Order: sequence, then C-alpha cells, then structure tokens
Amino acid sequence: MAETRAPERATNKGPGRLLIAIYILFAIAATSRAGLQIATRFGEAPVAYLLSAAAALIYIVAAVGLGRAGHAGRRLALACCSVELVGVVAVGILSIADKKLFPDETVWSDFGSGYGYVPLVLPMLGLFWLWRTRRAPA
Amino acid sequence: MTSAAAAGSPVDGILATASIVLSLVIAIWALVAALRHRAPDRLQFAGLAVLEVVLLALAVVALVALAGGERPGEPGAFFGYLVTLVCLPPLAWVLARMEPTRWGSAIVCAVCLVAPVVVVRLQQTWEVVGG
Repeated sequence: MAETRAPERATNKGPGRLLIAIYILFAIAATSRAGLQIATRFGEAPVAYLLSAAAALIYIVAAVGLGRAGHAGRRLALACCSVELVGVVAVGILSIADKKLFPDETVWSDFGSGYGYVPLVLPMLGLFWLWRTRRAPA
Repeated sequence: MTSAAAAGSPVDGILATASIVLSLVIAIWALVAALRHRAPDRLQFAGLAVLEVVLLALAVVALVALAGGERPGEPGAFFGYLVTLVCLPPLAWVLARMEPTRWGSAIVCAVCLVAPVVVVRLQQTWEVVGG
C-alpha cells in the first residue's frame, strides 16, 4: 500500500498487545464454555448456547483483527467491538428483564457479571484503542 | 494401594495453593514493573516457568487420581479448565517476549490474575457431586 497522508498506528503494539491478550483469554473462555454446553446439553437452552458460541467467534475475530493491524484488520476489529458492545448491553438488559429468555448463563448475561464485567469493559477499551490509533503519532 | 486423601480432591492440595500464591506474587511483581515502565524482566519469566512446572505437576496429580478411579463432578468442564490452565503461562511468556515494553509486564500481570481464578474453578468442577 502507498504511504497515505496520515498513516494509522499499529493496533498490535504496546497496549494493543495487552488488549489482544485479554481477547485471547476471553476467546478461550467463551469457546470452551460454548463447546461444552453445545456438546453436552444443547437441548436445554439452545439460544443461550448459540449466543455463547457467537460471542466466542466474535472474540476470536476481534483478536485476529487487532493482531493483523492493517486497514482490513482495523475494520474487522471495529465491527467486532461494536457488535460485542451492542451484544453485551442487549443481552445484559434482556437477561435481567426476562430471566426465562436465557435459562443458562452466557458470557454476556447480566452484563458479564460472571466474568467480573470484563465483557462489558473490553469492547469499550477496544473501540477506544482503535480511536487512539487512528492517526500516527506526530 | 491406599490413598490417604481418598475423600479429598486431588486439585485441592499444596500444589493448588502454591500455584495460586505464586501466580499472585508474579502478578504483583509484574504490575509493579508495568507501573515503573519496565519491560518483563528475568524474574517474571523465571516465575512463569516455575508456575508452569507447578501447574503441570497439578495436572499430573489430577490425571493420576483419574487413573486411580476418581472422577470429577463435571468432567467436561474439569478437563477444559485443566487444559486452559497449563496453557496460560506459555501464552503470557510468548506475548511478553513479543512486547518488550511495560505492556509486556501488563500482559504477564493480566494472565497471572486469571490463572488463580481458573485454579479455583478447577477445584469447583471437581467437587460438584452427582449431575
């Protein structure tokens, strides 16, 4: 790619690498939880378990997006963080408003309280980091 | 062959306690390093290596107990946590090696805060009796 006037800073350096590490941890947590739930008792709460799987996928793709650090990677990460934020807020509200909707816990239930509210904070940090790195340092 | 701790959990002994304490000590040390703008030092990497050895020993003890006929309360979750647990120090190691800045120390700190949680979850998934 040709040099643009205001090149973006890499998203996979410095604090970004810490963010990627946390995304990897959550990708592992959500993937194993979803895998186990779907493999052992899918019939009990298919919606909740499919949601866990979707969350797992988003964490993986977000980690890849931040790690790739190119223009496409940024867009990928932006999309994932946005979906994540909407998802955790929506599921958080729904899971409190109507307990029957999510009979079993997901990563995003009660705004991610089972995971120390990190699922709620993580997409915000991700979006903030993408915003911070949108221009190269002067 | 009589097991002295037949009623006890194989993941609830000195090894589990040692791994939790060691992990928290590394986390604090790494946090101090990160706050002082220091890259991960040899002590952090040595700590991660010792932590990995302790966790592998814990895994071996759990597997020996399994071979001896003992069963965790939630086998699927138990193995999930066990595999995740032994992967954590290497993950921190690799990422910290890639990031020789204060943020590398921050990564070590974050992972070492997660590891004790996983150890506790490991103990909980062993102890749940029945289905």
